[in-house]
Amino acid sequence: MAVAEGGVKPGKASFLYDARIRAIVYQVIMAGAVVMFFAWLTMNTLDNLEQRGIASGFGFLNHPAGFGVPFSLIEYTEASPYRTVFILGVLNTLFVSFVGIILATIVGFTLGVMRLSKNYLISRIAAVYLETFRNIPLLLQILFWYIGVLQLMPQQRSSIIIFDNVFVNNRGIFYPALKAEPGFMAVPIAFLVGIVATFILRGWVKRRRDATGQGFPTVWAGLGLIFGLPIIAALVTGLPWTWSLPRLQGFGFKGGSVIIPEFLALLLALTIYTAAFIGEIVRAGIQAVSHGQTEAAHALGIKPGTTLRLVIIPQAMRIIIPPLISQYLNLVKNSSLAPAIGYPEMTQVWAGTVLNQSGQALECIAMVMGTYCIISLSISGVMNWYNARVALVGR
Amino acid sequence: MKNTAILTLGVGAAMFATAAYAGMVDDIKKRGELICGVTTGLAGFAAPNDKGEWAGFDVDICRAVAAGVLGDSMKVKFVPTTGKSRFPTLQSGEVDMLARNTTWTFDRDVKLGFEFAGVNFYDGQGFMVRKDLGVKSALELDGATVCVATGSTTELNLGDYFRANNMKYVPVVFEKSDEIRAGYIAGRCDAYTTDRSGLAAQRSQMPNPDAHVVLPEVISKEPLGPLVRHGDNQWGDVVRWTLNVLIIAEEKGLTSANVDGMKGSTNDPEVKRLLGMEGEYGARLGLPNDWALNIIKQVGNYSETYERNIGPNTPIGLTRGVNAAWNKGGILYSPPFR
Repeated sequence: MAVAEGGVKPGKASFLYDARIRAIVYQVIMAGAVVMFFAWLTMNTLDNLEQRGIASGFGFLNHPAGFGVPFSLIEYTEASPYRTVFILGVLNTLFVSFVGIILATIVGFTLGVMRLSKNYLISRIAAVYLETFRNIPLLLQILFWYIGVLQLMPQQRSSIIIFDNVFVNNRGIFYPALKAEPGFMAVPIAFLVGIVATFILRGWVKRRRDATGQGFPTVWAGLGLIFGLPIIAALVTGLPWTWSLPRLQGFGFKGGSVIIPEFLALLLALTIYTAAFIGEIVRAGIQAVSHGQTEAAHALGIKPGTTLRLVIIPQAMRIIIPPLISQYLNLVKNSSLAPAIGYPEMTQVWAGTVLNQSGQALECIAMVMGTYCIISLSISGVMNWYNARVALVGR
Repeated sequence: MKNTAILTLGVGAAMFATAAYAGMVDDIKKRGELICGVTTGLAGFAAPNDKGEWAGFDVDICRAVAAGVLGDSMKVKFVPTTGKSRFPTLQSGEVDMLARNTTWTFDRDVKLGFEFAGVNFYDGQGFMVRKDLGVKSALELDGATVCVATGSTTELNLGDYFRANNMKYVPVVFEKSDEIRAGYIAGRCDAYTTDRSGLAAQRSQMPNPDAHVVLPEVISKEPLGPLVRHGDNQWGDVVRWTLNVLIIAEEKGLTSANVDGMKGSTNDPEVKRLLGMEGEYGARLGLPNDWALNIIKQVGNYSETYERNIGPNTPIGLTRGVNAAWNKGGILYSPPFR
């Protein structure tokens, strides 16, 4: 009875003073305020658009674009709808970024290693490169390559001719293109088989080395497999392709393929600029590996090249990867400087031309921002997965 | 919300804008300055002169509006806009009006929420090529590389023209007219396409203008004119009638030199109304009654600004053609001032 009489209801008093509940309440209020703010923002924008009689929505994606594009990886004509232009722009962004990342990584790693060379000349050359290209704004470098180098190439009729069939002039680099014939698929298939075989070989070499300590020239064998198999396949199937050669005819080159100067200028600038940063990251990563590791490897009689490849680099990678991700992301985002020279990537063609032709500024900008976000998060995701794989596992 | 919100298309600005948009004329008077969007530089139409002041045929439209509203044609702040930035700049309220080689089209008038105040130059798109190519007609351009401004009606007309004639072309796009000129001079493209007035202006800026020829084909109608945002009809009327004043002044023979004298001597009722001696025409636009007088005195009539900036005696060297007054064989025609 005592409980019933004088009992304080246990929950009631403590409810207002419970720190946990109060924290939840505050967070709910905060979240509500944020949602309200964005809702107001959206409503206000839509209201304003409607009031000014500006059409909104994504219906325009199905309207025909009507303008031409100088460089496309997919089928595109003036009659194609805007949504094709978007895909074209995204692909062109991915294309220049992908090639740029690969080249910048190769050049960057080379520079980083060169920078640490004991050879004075090599180390100086790398230092001068790094200090020059790291410190010049990227936009200027793009304009330099475009206006200062590629536009000054000879006119079409006086092209620089390499091996009779490659023509370099101020409209780009014209080179012979492959035209596939029946049976051609054997070549790319052989290429893929070569890659898979190399991975299997690597596994076998590792197991054998762990068991017996014997080495194996994996790199040469791998290269042989990856490039040798397609060559054999091509010879066996009797060279199943014809060449389409570029020839000057009328206003320009007919046949073959072309690398346009806008692409080349952007690629060169992005590669050279980003490689300088990657070089510094690689140098820092290698220097962060204790010198004792090198000495220990040398004491075991391991050759300097092998020491670098099997002892230093794997340990340095743990330090290199996280800042390397940022550089990759920077390269992708920096490709949006393309409008300066008119390479038709996402920013130029979508946030520029289409925005202006359709007038759908909010929609166009939102789509571009969303796509950059997705690309960046994807790169980041892949690299983080790789980082987790090479990271030191605590035991 | 209804009366406080203003539409803007600049993404950030669109979300937060809450400024009132009624009463542009009062806003400009209070500010003491007209903000006018022009090109980033097109000789004869809008470009800074050797004194660093903006001058040109489009610039004069801005100056005329300033003379009418503020009584001083020099009280203008010029904002250079690219083909890409011009519409968001106007929609966001960053400029009061645009006077920059902008073609009047249905989409721009209706969908983008603009009001075109009239046409100050009837133009058409053409092609320019090097003389040594030996090309005589645009129909011979199959397979050519063509330099064109991005985000322009020219870009679309180019696509239409080549498609209609079953020809192929490779576009090379730039944003600014001087970038296009540089690309064309460097030989990045065989032909340069834009409005024929623009081609004439660009040719005058080239190292050797005589080495280039504008092909005879006119592939589009390009009525160019000043424009304002939807939402303030009075302001739209001010810009429209400023343009009309320039045209009527030419028709009536009023010039910057003789307008003061004509004011005393004229018996023409329309001129009397125009110069504010009869009726309250200026007041109905929220302007002083001598607004038109100020425009003509400070800027001149249509013919004066044409001859000064782009006429046959300038480096641009454009004859009047269809831009002559209606009673002199052209199509320039203003509604009556009454």
